[in-house]
Amino acid sequence: MCVTCGCSEDAQVTVTPLNEHQSHTHTLSDGTVIHHTHHDDHHHHHHHTHHPDHHSERHPENHPVHHAPNPQETAQIHADLHHTTVTLEHNILAKNNLIAAQNRGWLKGRNTLALNLVSSPGSGKTTLLTRTITDLKAEIPIHVIEGDQETLNDARRIQATGCRVVQINTGTGCHLEASMVEQGLNQLDPPLHSIVMIENVGNLVCPALFDLGEQAKVAILSVTEGEDKPIKYPHMFRASDVMILTKIDLLPYLTFEVDRCLDYARQVNPKIQIFQVSSTTGAGLDGWYDWLRSAWREV
Amino acid sequence: MHELGITQNIVAIASEYAAGAKVRQVSVEIGKLTAILPDAVRFCFDVCCQGTLLEGATLDIIETPGMGRCRSCGAELEMAQPFGTCACGSHELEILQGQELKIKTLETEELCV
Repeated sequence: MCVTCGCSEDAQVTVTPLNEHQSHTHTLSDGTVIHHTHHDDHHHHHHHTHHPDHHSERHPENHPVHHAPNPQETAQIHADLHHTTVTLEHNILAKNNLIAAQNRGWLKGRNTLALNLVSSPGSGKTTLLTRTITDLKAEIPIHVIEGDQETLNDARRIQATGCRVVQINTGTGCHLEASMVEQGLNQLDPPLHSIVMIENVGNLVCPALFDLGEQAKVAILSVTEGEDKPIKYPHMFRASDVMILTKIDLLPYLTFEVDRCLDYARQVNPKIQIFQVSSTTGAGLDGWYDWLRSAWREV
Repeated sequence: MHELGITQNIVAIASEYAAGAKVRQVSVEIGKLTAILPDAVRFCFDVCCQGTLLEGATLDIIETPGMGRCRSCGAELEMAQPFGTCACGSHELEILQGQELKIKTLETEELCV
């Protein structure tokens, strides 16, 4: 059955001048207006069957369409549901990746190094960050974008070091996205040739997928977690250039096997650079600072 | 949890391409080495489609298996995880396949007069 007027599939339609025969108008859901005419006997000349190749026809976009038929020619009036399959090959994260690329360009234009700090909650990211800022602030301007689901607590801890900080609360979101960092960077307005530390939401899964425009991801793992975290969350450790093992001052009280942990990390990412530190005692921080200085000089 | 955001992206991209037409089917390719669970995407899909051009659409997920190439000996191997060990002992594996995350095709339904 014709979906426009309900005339039957094998009937024929003759389009004739509107003033000679009865005519009727259909308005489709998208606002398209179709006006057509039937003979009194509703005898149609045009076959109304829908061939498969009919479905490849495309109609002009400029609706509404008013058919004002010429009696000399038989216009085809037909209606059917077309099923069109379009091949897209569209990357699902394309939008995020595009904004991340813009962020990367923005940061490059300012000779600024941005690092995306990722870890599980409670690994000591903020403590490492406050210690790093305190130790290096005389040498390197460091600014921070803090990502957390809720509260301004971490931003306040960073602010106490005298460093400029923007807090992004993601609400129910489990990771930062490039558009959030774009806003954060605009707010922060870091000076030329500085470092922006982006502290991601504590989560070892989702942040691996979302490029923020950073130069490198730095995965932070504390010795109070399991040594097999690198192989449990391989996406994150594979995506990171650096791994910092924190809280090493607690090793005497734990059964954490450092070598096994490092082996796992290198198994997932043979190129990963590893630092073992304690933000409390300061042990091992020099290696991390040297890496940071050289990455900053190179931007 | 990120599958909800991923599914919202799928719906947004499909709606954009559909340009007002009702969507009957979306096929999506999710590589086995991405951190995306196809079942979680399926779970979120119906919810995300409500009130959009995709309402009632079917979702087809093509899961592409993981493949890698050893950087030391050049051998190709299947990968179930984004890391592994080659028969030659090397961990230096380049991922060749399995990280896909894209909308392959979109089938729309349009009333044509």
